[in-house]
Amino acid sequence: MSFSISSCVRNRAWLVPLVVLLIAFGVVPLVGGTYLFDAILTPFLVLSLAALGLNLLTGYAGQLSLGTAAFMAVGAYAAYNFNLRVPHLPLAVSIILAGVPAAVIGIFFGLPSLRLRGFYLAVSTLAAQFFVQWALNKFNWFSNDNPSGVIDAPALVLFGINFDSSVGRYLLTLTMVTLLTALAARLVKTQTGHNFIAVRDNELAARVVGVPVLKTKLLAFGISSFYIGIAGALWAFAYLRTVEPAGFDLDRSFQILFIIIIGGLASIRGAFLGAAFIVVFPLILSRLGSFLLGSIFDSGVLDMSQRIVVGALIILFLIAEPNGLSSLFARISRGFPKPLTPET
Amino acid sequence: MSGFDWQFFLEVLVGGLLSGVMYSLVAIGFVLIYKTSGVLNFAQGSMLLFAALTFVSLVERHLPFALALGITFAVMVLLGIGIERTVLRPLVNKPPITLFMATLGLSYIIEGAAQLIWGTQVHALDLGIDDTPFVVGGVFISKFDLFAAGVAAVMVAGLTAFFRYTRTGLAFRAVADDQFAAYAIGLQLPKIWAAVWTAAGVVAIVAGLLWGARLGVQFSLSLVVLKALPVLVLGGFDSIPGAIVGGLIIGASEKLAEVYLGPYFNGGIESWFAYVVALGFLLIRPSGLFGQKLVERV
Amino acid sequence: MSSSAFTEPLTSLHAGPQRTLLSEPTRKYAAATPDAALRLEAITLSFGGVKAVSEIDLTVQSGEIRAIIGPNGAGKSSLINIVSGIYQPDEGRVWIGERQYRRVPTQRLASLGVARTFQNLALFKGLSVLDNIATARVAFRRAGFLGQLIGVGRARREHEDAFQRAAAIIDFLDLAAVGDRLVGTLPYGLQKRVELGRALVARPSILLLDEPMAGMTATEKQEMARFVRAARDEFGTTVILIEHDIAVVMGLSDRIAVLDYGRKIADGTPVEVRTNPAVIDAYMGVAHEGEEESR
Repeated sequence: MSFSISSCVRNRAWLVPLVVLLIAFGVVPLVGGTYLFDAILTPFLVLSLAALGLNLLTGYAGQLSLGTAAFMAVGAYAAYNFNLRVPHLPLAVSIILAGVPAAVIGIFFGLPSLRLRGFYLAVSTLAAQFFVQWALNKFNWFSNDNPSGVIDAPALVLFGINFDSSVGRYLLTLTMVTLLTALAARLVKTQTGHNFIAVRDNELAARVVGVPVLKTKLLAFGISSFYIGIAGALWAFAYLRTVEPAGFDLDRSFQILFIIIIGGLASIRGAFLGAAFIVVFPLILSRLGSFLLGSIFDSGVLDMSQRIVVGALIILFLIAEPNGLSSLFARISRGFPKPLTPET
Repeated sequence: MSGFDWQFFLEVLVGGLLSGVMYSLVAIGFVLIYKTSGVLNFAQGSMLLFAALTFVSLVERHLPFALALGITFAVMVLLGIGIERTVLRPLVNKPPITLFMATLGLSYIIEGAAQLIWGTQVHALDLGIDDTPFVVGGVFISKFDLFAAGVAAVMVAGLTAFFRYTRTGLAFRAVADDQFAAYAIGLQLPKIWAAVWTAAGVVAIVAGLLWGARLGVQFSLSLVVLKALPVLVLGGFDSIPGAIVGGLIIGASEKLAEVYLGPYFNGGIESWFAYVVALGFLLIRPSGLFGQKLVERV
Repeated sequence: MSSSAFTEPLTSLHAGPQRTLLSEPTRKYAAATPDAALRLEAITLSFGGVKAVSEIDLTVQSGEIRAIIGPNGAGKSSLINIVSGIYQPDEGRVWIGERQYRRVPTQRLASLGVARTFQNLALFKGLSVLDNIATARVAFRRAGFLGQLIGVGRARREHEDAFQRAAAIIDFLDLAAVGDRLVGTLPYGLQKRVELGRALVARPSILLLDEPMAGMTATEKQEMARFVRAARDEFGTTVILIEHDIAVVMGLSDRIAVLDYGRKIADGTPVEVRTNPAVIDAYMGVAHEGEEESR
């Protein structure tokens, strides 16, 4: 009985993403309205990308980071400055390049991972969060001496085509997110991806077996921050259309962390499921609340109710379904047995 | 060195030390829980807010100080028991990171609930302490800060005595040392954890009232937890003396940095300086000044 | 018996395409002492006042199966941890082949030809059996992460090589039925076997096994013993084995070292050790001269 590496199983896994992509690229732009794109799909895509980045670091490589928003901010401001100061640089390239300074800063704040674990490492990432927020605020060079500190993102014109419409921004974001997701899906199947998981699951054994632990951790920080930086640039350019530090605060970092907990740690599609939840849930809650409670349900009540429900869901998921929505869906489709083989 | 304003320096230093004591108050709540259950309770800040809000709202409804305090205490006890039963017990064998993330979720619930119940406006809290400054040797010292330091000293002394001389305190230490052994000799772990979280709730009341009197009782009160983390990192997560010393160091260095280094950077250093200090310490001593070094058995 | 394992042609247990993989020769180390694959010289280690091991001298010949036994707390695991660089001895040296070390570089164990298993299982729970084993080839892969992403040329060859070797080991250890499974879902005995596979895939010259049969049933132990012996016979691997089951040890090992309270109290063939009065005393709990009564 010889064991051979089966490849036929993999072919079926491509079917669902392919169908989704076809609908996303081909059908939605034709039928969707501006509200769908501006308020739901574009932020969903951007948050998914950020969550994907964080998942690579925290879910796959096991390095807890509470500074995600800081790296998004770096990406946003970097993209703005590249676009502003480097002549003839296409906007798309500025956005992609913005991942590089984010990656560098990510690696820098990831250096303590050589000596620190768990909470202590989280403290290092919090340092990143607070420091970056302060630095971007303080040094006017980043915002081009704009007196209010809030920058309007320039119009999205690429290769002569004007993407500056709801559909355009959506398609641009969709394209970038699709490409980066494909790369990430590939990455987790390589030796490097397995190194991430090895370091997470048993750092000592990983070291003994020959995994280059420090290099793996830094790579995780770097790649993760690259993704998060691009997400930040897209957040500013494609979604908000302003670049301001306020949206990149600690609450945002927690939000992305919650996305991957709810969606499923160490799961590519988990990032998307979690982001979908986080984007859609407040809308549903708001409708439901006004319907049930009328005018008592103002924005303050909405905010607080949201906090309570999200907090409760986090705890619920940690107790009942630690692998998040991703695993939950897979279990439902299989009739609830626990997974025996690894999932993506 | 002529021209160096020693008086001013001392003022800043003392102010920083005292402000550090306020941080320590918050950190002690963390230490209590971490020591006995290994959980880093991110929700400590929201517990602080909840306690302060409850007290202030009762006082605003004209309840006498003592009664309001008593009711708040009862509420925190209920909260502690509730947390143990709904959050901790189901997660009892999970890794510490999972529990930390659960407390993150918990903090959201408590914050949301507190403000849903009591509203989101800012409340002023008057503890009856007149904040006129003392003048000692030309140096201005805040009366309020001194009072807070006094309270902290009493609390630390009380807790130390509690741990050393009472049966429950002994039980806490046993559980902190080795959960399985404690369980094996018949200590009821769920009861002890509920008691610990209640104790942390009491600490939250004290810290909440003091911070509330100083800053006003409002949502941002729960953010003091973010200042407690560097203190814990410095002092070790499981040491009460460490929390004090860590608080003093963080408070002092933060204020001094803001005053003396701040002008070079246009100010605002306070938001991150504590973290950088903590980080620096960590790289030299990964388990903090007083914390226990963990020896891993392979 | 031991040195001839090198010169015998290596044959495969299973016919088929794996033959070429298994017939590669393993690394040979010329050692300070002829045929000594590993040598411990005057190793001493204390943990805060408690002497874990004291003045241990140990020589392991190439291709032999060397057991280290002794009562609990005798220092056996500490020795394995010293050889794998997890602990640094206070005194003494470790010789791996011709090289001597104060602290063995854990990160480079694989390239030094050393692999180990752990007493309390140290598998990567998030990976399948195949991936767990294939990951242990990481030290022999040169392609960087970008190359791996693109997946052509050297990266691709190395990737295929790693998985083929892992598949061969899976066959060798009768794990084919569970190759795709997450290791965390396997029964304990199989997990132990996967850990052995992870150690073997790196074609180590020296294999350190820390209680590989702990917690196993009698049948599982026999299987494991069979695999350990096959690993030595097939690949010429030198095996250092910590084990509590005396019967297994007697049947499997070429030579045995006995530790008690951190000191070596006997060293020899199974027959010699079995009849050694000091060894019997140690296991019966009789205090040695000059040692404290209480433990």
